Amino acid sequence: MSKTTATRARPLSPHLQVYTFIPTMMMSIIHRITGVGLYFGTVLVAIWLLAASGSPESFARVQAIYGSWFGLFVLFGYTWVLIHHLIGGVRHFVMDSGSDLALGKEQSTKAAIAMPFISAGITILIWIVALLSRGA
Amino acid sequence: MASMRTPLRRVRGLGSAKEGTDHFWKQRLTALANVPLVLFALGLIVSLAGQPHEVVRSTLANPFVALVLILFLVSVLTHMKLGMQVVIEDYVHGEGAKILLIALNIFFTFAVGAASVFALLKIAFGG
Repeated sequence: MSKTTATRARPLSPHLQVYTFIPTMMMSIIHRITGVGLYFGTVLVAIWLLAASGSPESFARVQAIYGSWFGLFVLFGYTWVLIHHLIGGVRHFVMDSGSDLALGKEQSTKAAIAMPFISAGITILIWIVALLSRGA
Repeated sequence: MASMRTPLRRVRGLGSAKEGTDHFWKQRLTALANVPLVLFALGLIVSLAGQPHEVVRSTLANPFVALVLILFLVSVLTHMKLGMQVVIEDYVHGEGAKILLIALNIFFTFAVGAASVFALLKIAFGG
């Protein structure tokens, strides 16, 4: 006698690892990871503001750390993460409006693939401006 | 006869928390506010990169700059507090650990906010 539905193992809710990896899914995960990164990075902003409110020595110390090659590397990464999360948020507004459903999934996949390139491009532009104005 | 009530109904004897879509709405509202506020803060920091202490102080002491930066902090910190809460609720399933982390999330947000706003007001009021 065949198993009845009552005794057969019930299907479990599928999780991340059973899905084919797709760009929109990748960007959804990255949006969350960048958000968590930005969360902890706000400490850098608080330290910078506190240093600026303190003595010239304390400000110089923080400026030296932030201006070192490692500091600049972290700040560059933080800028990229910030821009990525920001334009990702704008993308989420578009998706919340429901217009992605009308455009179709090819369009949302294209938008997801474009994300890292757009965010990297804007980040590099910001840093060119920052470094040029610093040199001038 | 066993009670027909679901465990959810019995769990705390409470009804709806009456918050509804409050979390979702505030996350979107702060996201919208963050766009111009973050662009302003980013532009300011880029223009102040490598500048001497006095220039940084006098720029931050400008009432408009200080005010917009405080709005930036309130909006960004509210947004990230809500976001981190969702991350904790999604991945931490132990009840004690979850409540502890949600409390730490609130403490962290307020610590960053209090320190930053204090620094800005100190500069703005010439301390």
